[in-house]
Amino acid sequence: MSSNIIAKASESIVEDLVFEDKVHKSLYSDAEIFEEELKKIFNGTWVWVAHESEVSEVGSFKTAMIGRSPVIVSRDRKKEIHVLLNRCRHRGATVCQGNHGKTRAFTCPYHGWGYALDGSLRALPKPEEYENLMDKADYGLVKLRHESYQGMIFATLNDEIEPLIDFLGGAKKWIDLFMKQGGGYPIKALGEHRFRFPGNWKIQLENTTDAYHFPIVHKSFISSVDDQTAEVFDFLDGEGYVEDLGNGHSVMVMIPELVDLDENLDDAIPERFADFAQALREEGFADDAVRKMVRAVGGGGFNLNLFPNIACSMAFFRNLVPVSVNETEIHHVALGGEGAPEIFNQTRMRLHEHFQGPMGFGTPDDGEAWERVQAGSMAGTDGWIMVNRGMSRLSTSVDGNVKGAVCSETGMRAAYRQYKKQMAVDIPVKEQADAHSK
Amino acid sequence: MPTQSELQTLAEVTAFLSKEADMLDHKEYEQWLDLWSDSGMYIVPIDHRETDYKNSLNVAYDDAEMRKMRTARLSSGEAVSTQEAVFTIRTLSRMRILGEEGGVVHARCAYCLYENKASGLRNYPANVEFKLRRDEGEFKIEEKVVRVMKSDQYLTTTCYLF
Ligand code: FES
Ligand SMILES: [Fe+2]
Repeated sequence: MSSNIIAKASESIVEDLVFEDKVHKSLYSDAEIFEEELKKIFNGTWVWVAHESEVSEVGSFKTAMIGRSPVIVSRDRKKEIHVLLNRCRHRGATVCQGNHGKTRAFTCPYHGWGYALDGSLRALPKPEEYENLMDKADYGLVKLRHESYQGMIFATLNDEIEPLIDFLGGAKKWIDLFMKQGGGYPIKALGEHRFRFPGNWKIQLENTTDAYHFPIVHKSFISSVDDQTAEVFDFLDGEGYVEDLGNGHSVMVMIPELVDLDENLDDAIPERFADFAQALREEGFADDAVRKMVRAVGGGGFNLNLFPNIACSMAFFRNLVPVSVNETEIHHVALGGEGAPEIFNQTRMRLHEHFQGPMGFGTPDDGEAWERVQAGSMAGTDGWIMVNRGMSRLSTSVDGNVKGAVCSETGMRAAYRQYKKQMAVDIPVKEQADAHSK
Repeated sequence: MPTQSELQTLAEVTAFLSKEADMLDHKEYEQWLDLWSDSGMYIVPIDHRETDYKNSLNVAYDDAEMRKMRTARLSSGEAVSTQEAVFTIRTLSRMRILGEEGGVVHARCAYCLYENKASGLRNYPANVEFKLRRDEGEFKIEEKVVRVMKSDQYLTTTCYLF
């Protein structure tokens, strides 16, 4: 096994295309760059694949993509989680279909090789023809390295990479804060919107840390909510900020009062949640429990952008999946509380449906803007995408990080810095077929 | 052989749903809102097998208030995604009456929405189920559930109602 190859710097294809204050427009449309990104970004780092609640029971599975690799996230009989390449070790068929489901085993549809939930090869038809040729123990589904933080499961094709906890670094504090929105219950995925847009994945990566667009693009959403709520979303002149958390991660705090949902529980109950609070009281919940749920129900006041493919965005997970250089699939995962009152989770889902997803009051306008970026960026033979906003007015955060205004492009610069760094490093190619299969 | 009254119901429902689709294609949202009963629900589920819509995440789950907000958004001109006012054509076919109980007709049909975008023509085939309450010689929609063929895989963003 060739596991001790050391990652080395190479001639980077984007060396002259990514600068602190601008990135070249070809980053959205050059197919060669896209291929390199799959290799160096998606096959090179920790990629979010699931939340533990999506595979909550024995036999639950979810399918996901890491770059071009279809993977299965499964929970075995001992309740352990596995991330497996979705490729039959015989002649390559996928062994698991569908986004989510429950199964006892993964059976290949082609010749019937049967794999257990942990990926081990259990049985195959007519095994005698393999006599003295192979040992079943060597032909399980390939297991990927995976680690979790606060229920968020990340996997990687790069065995040399640092532990997840180190990669997340300064983002951990914000993940902890994000997970407080269960209203006193553990966070649980409630379902997801999946949609595609004809544009490059980095356009969406930038968008999660772009507050600048909100009052323009989401004008019709703001018109649809009550005045008090509209004021909450009018954050460009507020005390918000964007902080560079290192390793490509960043946080954009839009509503500072909603950073820590365990605080300010005595605040007045917002108008739009008055009926919700009343319904909880009628169900017999004590005042402190009601207040906790009211405060949590609309989500947190920030977007945490984790490089490269997941954001904890106010009240939901935003997962981006590159399909091709000019097509991206987005998953907006709605979140609620495990064991929370029905009305809490219903309210969370209705709020999610209101803004998010293919028919939301927000997402289609985002989608239109992203599509227009992809189209417009084709103009001319040369040109740049500016990410310099707020660069002359930076300060230092309480955690010692670079900090800019809420509508600065500090988060995009953080992401592109990590992007450039990873694009300059060759990923050690290991022989995955042999690794981990025992 | 269907009875005369069954054929009559089929004709009434077909006429009503053709009108509903025509209003959506021609963006006559005010009139469209009037087709609904106050308790009516407009639902676009994600999972086609789901029936507990209230306790599931949907693409759309609109009561009267949300329908009003949605049509206002689609026609206000504020939303960048609606500014091009995409031209849509809906076709309905394979109409079937599934039953009638307590003055509510339960019908199902095949439905396809065609949308012309700069990037090309897109189509969304769907199964649509209606619950229509008889109301003084007219129908009022109690429930419309649109199971869009690709909703359990992925959709694209829309600036119209299915
Ligand atoms: S490809 Fe899976 S059993 Fe043959
Ligand atoms: Fe947006």
